[in-house]
Amino acid sequence: MSEVLVVVDHVDGAIRKPTFELLTLARGLGEPAAVFFGSADAGATAAEQLGKHGAEKVYVVDDAEIKGYLVAPKAEALAQLVEKASPAAVLLVSGYEGKEVAARLAIKTESGLITDAVDLAEGGVTTQSVFAGNYTVKAKVTKGTPIITVKPNSAQVEEVGAAGTVEAFTATISDAAKTAQIVAQQPRKASGRPELTEAAIVVSGGRGTGGNFEPIEGLADALGAAVGASRAAVDSGWMPHTFQVGQTGKTVSPQLYVANGISGAIQHRAGMQTSKTIVAVNKDEEAPIFELVDFGVVGDLHAVLPAATEAINQRKG
Amino acid sequence: MNIVVCVKYVPDATADRKFEEDNTVDRVGVDGLLSELDEYAVEQALQLKEKAESPEDVTVTALCVGPEQAVDAVRKALQMGADKGVLVTDDAIAGSDYVATSLVLAKAVEKIGVPDLVMCGMASTDASGSVVPAMLAERLGLPQVTFASKIETQGDQVRIKRDSDTATEVIGGTMPLVLSVTDQTGEARYPSFKGIMAAKKKPMETLSLADIDVAPSLVGLSVSWSEVEETAARPPRTAGEIVTDEDGSGAGALTEFLVSKKFI
Ligand SMILES: Cc1cc2nc3c(=O)[nH]c(=O)nc-3n(C[C@H](O)[C@H](O)[C@H](O)COP(=O)(O)OP(=O)(O)OC[C@H]3O[C@@H](n4cnc5c(N)ncnc54)[C@H](O)[C@@H]3O)c2cc1C
Ligand SMILES: Nc1ncnc2c1ncn2[C@@H]1O[C@H](COP(=O)(O)O)[C@@H](O)[C@H]1O
Repeated sequence: MSEVLVVVDHVDGAIRKPTFELLTLARGLGEPAAVFFGSADAGATAAEQLGKHGAEKVYVVDDAEIKGYLVAPKAEALAQLVEKASPAAVLLVSGYEGKEVAARLAIKTESGLITDAVDLAEGGVTTQSVFAGNYTVKAKVTKGTPIITVKPNSAQVEEVGAAGTVEAFTATISDAAKTAQIVAQQPRKASGRPELTEAAIVVSGGRGTGGNFEPIEGLADALGAAVGASRAAVDSGWMPHTFQVGQTGKTVSPQLYVANGISGAIQHRAGMQTSKTIVAVNKDEEAPIFELVDFGVVGDLHAVLPAATEAINQRKG
Repeated sequence: MNIVVCVKYVPDATADRKFEEDNTVDRVGVDGLLSELDEYAVEQALQLKEKAESPEDVTVTALCVGPEQAVDAVRKALQMGADKGVLVTDDAIAGSDYVATSLVLAKAVEKIGVPDLVMCGMASTDASGSVVPAMLAERLGLPQVTFASKIETQGDQVRIKRDSDTATEVIGGTMPLVLSVTDQTGEARYPSFKGIMAAKKKPMETLSLADIDVAPSLVGLSVSWSEVEETAARPPRTAGEIVTDEDGSGAGALTEFLVSKKFI
């Protein structure tokens, strides 16, 4: 069986959840082999977890020389690995870096590329959600090694014991690939809440909060949810841009999305329309968000949310 | 300094977007416009020009690959203030995927003369792949600094700020390079009346594949490296239950709903 390369998304060795989802999907196409960019030590530690989630092999590419140089060196290394392993597909997480590594890799290996898959079936048939979630498209790569970026939350994380055998892979990186560099980096402070794109529940606030996100955060914490925001809330400086849901923010597809004081503009919908269950609280009964909801409350979020939060907390005892 | 801004002509997102029978995006039968997200790239290019020591030495060229109507997108960029426009249009291009589109763009950039900066939007509003800038960089052999929320240049040095998933980063590179910008860079200007009048006299070139030395057999739907098998409109969401909050009833109903769906 051919290998399916899964590029590991991690921060200083801490593997992010979407990588495990990719390993689940990879099993349907071949034998999952993770690709870890990092030190040998970190790779060995990561391999344990990757194996637990289905990786038979873990290629460790030492990144001492390329750390901080962003996508170009990674694409070069992967192209060399593709050459060596002739995988059935290469899977990456749909994020800034994953997409751009995939883009360069596609050109280098003369392979077709599919971005933002939300499902992956036998034969490499992908499902994508396009036009702000109004259409679903099924597609397939027809040339070279299918390179596919998959959105977070597209598959269940499954634990299956696999070998997770470490294999060091030495890549030759050109100087030309080392030209754009991270010169400063400020890791984001942990909010203590789930990651927006990974959360099972997202509670969002918009202009209707008037800048007071306490009711949003209160409900989010009662539900164990992540907090999101509309662009209007971000543009007003109430929330950092990383909380933005929508076309130019994050795309989320949780089990439950609660939109509060958000009108439901097409650009916002683009980021949340595929959520399984949608709830909205808005004081305007004509707000377009109500066209999407499974349940809606016409009312003032400043009254409804704190009361609901209290009721929920009481139930949980 | 030469800046090329890549601007895409896309179906209007607020109108009905649809697919053709061959599963390609309908780009002809619907209203199209300059991709909103590319307006931010045009804006940033114009600001770099205006901030330059001698703005008259900076040329901003708007480049688009698309159908004939796509000239509207280029024209809008000219009205905003770009100096020159180039549209690459050819029947053979229809249905091209990212790979082919990036080839045409790269060849057109080379034809214009490899610039100091190739600027792109963060994503096209129709395909929203966010991959063309990286592909273009790969094809042109240039570094890429992408998803900028803020741009600073000093001589040939470029620094951008970007919000990635886990950190806020400053990324640096040396021109020539490919740069993409997000909508966080700041509002794009509206064309002024003067700008609209001036645009009519600006150089506007239309190129075919032959003009940029791309064989028609390398582009278009039939040589696409990926294939759309099926497109389906998402079933409309079934109308949900909507209640009106009266004296606190909304919170109770909301809680009941969440309990009934086992979220609590
Ligand atoms: C290129 C581009 C990209 C964009 N990308 C995004 C994106 O990624 N994400 C995004 O969200 N937007 C995006 N937008 C902006 C989008 O078009 C809307 O402007 C934005 O989503 C509106 O945010 P909002 O719903 O919070 O504000 P509004 O549209 O002003 O709606 C506020 C809502 O709050 C309700 N309200 C007011 N007070 C209360 C109260 N006390 N209780 C309950 N309800 C109340 C009002 O009835 C109203 O419906 C983009 C726009 C463009 C042009
Ligand atoms: N056909 C095109 N013509 C000009 N520029 C394009 C075209 N396609 C993509 N681009 C540029 O590449 C960016 C990203 O596009 P995409 O990868 O399709 O999301 C856009 O914002 C444009 O700047």
